Amino acid sequence: MRVALFVTCVNDAVYPSTGIATVRLLERLGVEVDFPEAQTCCGQPQFNTGYRRETERLVRRTAAAFEGYDYVVTPSGSCAAMVRQHYPKIGDASAAALATRTYELTEFLVDVLEVTDVGAYFPHTVTYHPSCHGLRLLGLGDRPRRLLEAVEGLELRELPGADECCGFGGTFALKNSDVSTAMGQDKVSHAVSTGAEVLCGADNSCLMHIGGVLRREEAPLRALHLADILASTREEPLV
Amino acid sequence: MSGTFVGMPSFPRAAKEAVHNKTLRGNLRHATHTIRDKRAKAVAELADWAELREAGKQIKDHTLRHLDRYLLQLEERVTAAGGTVHWAADADEANRIVADLVKATGESEVVKVKSMATQEIGLNEALEAEGIAAYETDLAELIVQLGDDRPSHILVPAIHRNRAEIRDIFRTKMADWGRAAPDGLTDIPADLAEAARLHLREKFLRAKVGVSGANFMVAETGTLVVFESEGNGRMCLTLPETLISVVGIEKVVPSWRDLEVFLQTLPRSSTAERMNPYTSTWTGTADGDGPKTFHLVLLDNGRTGTLADEVGRQALRCIRCSACLNVCPVYERAGGHAYGSVYPGPIGAILSPQLRGTQSEIDASLPYASSLCGACYEVCPVAIDIPEVLVHLRERVAGQGGKGHRLEKAAMKAAGWVLDHPGVLGAGERAASKTRRLHPSKLPGAGAWTRSRELPEMPAEPFRDWWKKNRKPKPDGTSKPDGKKS
Repeated sequence: MRVALFVTCVNDAVYPSTGIATVRLLERLGVEVDFPEAQTCCGQPQFNTGYRRETERLVRRTAAAFEGYDYVVTPSGSCAAMVRQHYPKIGDASAAALATRTYELTEFLVDVLEVTDVGAYFPHTVTYHPSCHGLRLLGLGDRPRRLLEAVEGLELRELPGADECCGFGGTFALKNSDVSTAMGQDKVSHAVSTGAEVLCGADNSCLMHIGGVLRREEAPLRALHLADILASTREEPLV
Repeated sequence: MSGTFVGMPSFPRAAKEAVHNKTLRGNLRHATHTIRDKRAKAVAELADWAELREAGKQIKDHTLRHLDRYLLQLEERVTAAGGTVHWAADADEANRIVADLVKATGESEVVKVKSMATQEIGLNEALEAEGIAAYETDLAELIVQLGDDRPSHILVPAIHRNRAEIRDIFRTKMADWGRAAPDGLTDIPADLAEAARLHLREKFLRAKVGVSGANFMVAETGTLVVFESEGNGRMCLTLPETLISVVGIEKVVPSWRDLEVFLQTLPRSSTAERMNPYTSTWTGTADGDGPKTFHLVLLDNGRTGTLADEVGRQALRCIRCSACLNVCPVYERAGGHAYGSVYPGPIGAILSPQLRGTQSEIDASLPYASSLCGACYEVCPVAIDIPEVLVHLRERVAGQGGKGHRLEKAAMKAAGWVLDHPGVLGAGERAASKTRRLHPSKLPGAGAWTRSRELPEMPAEPFRDWWKKNRKPKPDGTSKPDGKKS
C-alpha cells in the first residue's frame, strides 16, 4: 500500500504541526507515508474565486505529484472535496483518477484502515465543528465524532448550530469581511457556550478564521485540528 | 411598493449596515430558523423526497430544453380557452402591455396577487406613473407597501419586520391607502391579521381588474396555477372582471402529471406545509364564473439569455420556494435588502446577475456573496447546484476585469507561478517563518482580516522542511528518526 500525504498549502506554510501529527498518527497505525515534494496547492482558492486558468495549472501539477500512489490522504475536508468534486471536471484522466484515490484523513482511518480507536490520549473537553465541505461535499457523517469519542480521556460536548458555516469561505472572509466575521462570532459564542476547552475541526483554513476570532475576543478556548488530537498519546501528550 | 433597488451599492457595503443592526439580526435569525426547522421536519416525512427532488429537476430540465414547443402549445390552449396571450421581451414591454390593458378597461386601480414577476419588472411603479393604483393584497406585501419599504424575502417579504413594527405601520399608514386600522390596534398576530382583512376586503369587493403571476402554467391544457396561503389570491383571481397574469416563460410545465410533483415539493419546501392551503387553477375564461376577460403576459426579461448558458441555466428551474434563503448563513446576517433585487439570498445571487447582467456594482458583487457552504444546494427541491453557478459567475466577473479584479488577477497569476515552483514556494515559506517575529500584528493591506481576527502565528519552519530533516529517505534508503538530527 503506497500512501502519500497531501499536506495542503495552508498546513505546509502555517500549520506544519497538523502535517507532522498526521504523519505520526499514520505511522503509529503501521502506515508508511510518503510526502511527494512536488505538491503545492490543490487550486481551490483560484477555482472558487473565478480563476479557472490558474487552477488548471495546479490541477496538472497536483495530479502529476501523486501519480503512482494507491492512497492520497489529506487532513483537510475542503481540499479533499476540491480534488474529488472538481478535478474530474477541470483536469485530464490523471486528475480524474486522483479524485478516486483521494481520502480525507477521517475517511482513510475509518473506511480504509477500519479503525476508530487510534490509541490517542487527550484528557480535555472538546467540541467539534464539522466544516461545510467535509459535511456536505464529502459526507463525512459521524466519522470524526466516532474517532473523537474513542480518544482516552476526551469528553465530547455537543456544539449548538454545528452544521452552520463558520464564515471562512476562502476569499469570502476578505471580500465579505463583515458577514464573515459575524458568522465567525456566532460560531465562537456557540463554542463558548459548551464550556469546552478545545474547539476541534478537520480543516485548518476554517480554524484559522475561527481561531482568529477566538483570540481577538479572548475567548476561553483554543482551536485545534483533529489530527493534532488523534496524534496525542499518553507517552507523547499534546499540551 | 415605491422602494427601489436602482443604484444599489455592492453587496459587502450594503450588508455591513445590516450585520450591525441588532433588531434586524434578531428578526431574521428567529424567522429563518423557525421556517428552517419546520421545513426539515416536513421534508423528512416523505420517504421518497430524493426521488421527488430528482423528478422535479428532470421535469424542469426537459421543459427548458423544449421551451419553444411548450410555450407555443400553452399559447394555443390559452387562446382556445378564451384568453389572450402577449409576449414581452423585457420589463418595459411587459409594463406597457399591462398598463394599456388596464387603461382599456377604464379602471384606475387593480388588486394584486403576490407575484415575483411583477416585482421583478417594477409593475406597481410603472402603473403608478400611468395614474393606476396597484394594491398588494398578500399580508406581507401589504406591510411592505404600506411601509414604503422593499421586500427582503421571496416568500415572506416582510421577514425583516417584527410584530411591533407591523402594528406601527398599520396604525400610521393604513388610512392613507383605504380603511384605517382599528383604534387601539395591538401587536397580537390575530389582531394584525384582522386589521389587514378589514382593510383588504373593501378592495377585493370594489376591484374590476386583478393582476397576478403564476407558480406554474400547464401547457397541455393552458391552465395557470397559483399557490398561496391566505385566500387573498383566490379573491383576486375570481372577483374581478378582468384578470391579467404576468408570468416568466420558465414557469411552464408540460402536463398535470408533472405538476403533481411540485404540489408535493413546493409547499413543504416553502411554508413547511404538507398540502398547500389555497391552490387556484384557471383555464382561459368561463361564462358566469370568474373573470370575463383573461390576459397572459409571457415575460422573457433575460431568461432566454440565461437559458443559453449551460451552467447558469439551472437557475431557471427555481420554483421560488425560498428554502435556500432560510438556510443561508449569509442571508441570515446580511438581510434581503443587501442583495439589491426582489430575488435575495442564494438564488438571487445567481439569478439577478444572469437576468440583469454583471455590469452594475451590485450584480458584479453578488456571485461572491456566499461562503460556498452548500446548505442551499442541499435543501433545493429542484437540485439547483447554487455553489456551482456562483463559481461559474465569478469566472465571468473576474474575466470582465472590473473594479478590484485586475489586481486580483495579477495576484492570482503570481501565486499560481509560485505554487507551480515548489522550490520558490519553500523559500517563501522559510522566509515567512524566519521573519515571523518581525511581522506586525496588523499587516498593512490585511485590514479585511485583522479588523476582526488575529492572524495565525507563523511556525518556526514549514512542513516540507520538517519532512526533509526528519523523514526524507537518505540515499541509502533509511529514514532519519523522528525529531533527531543525524
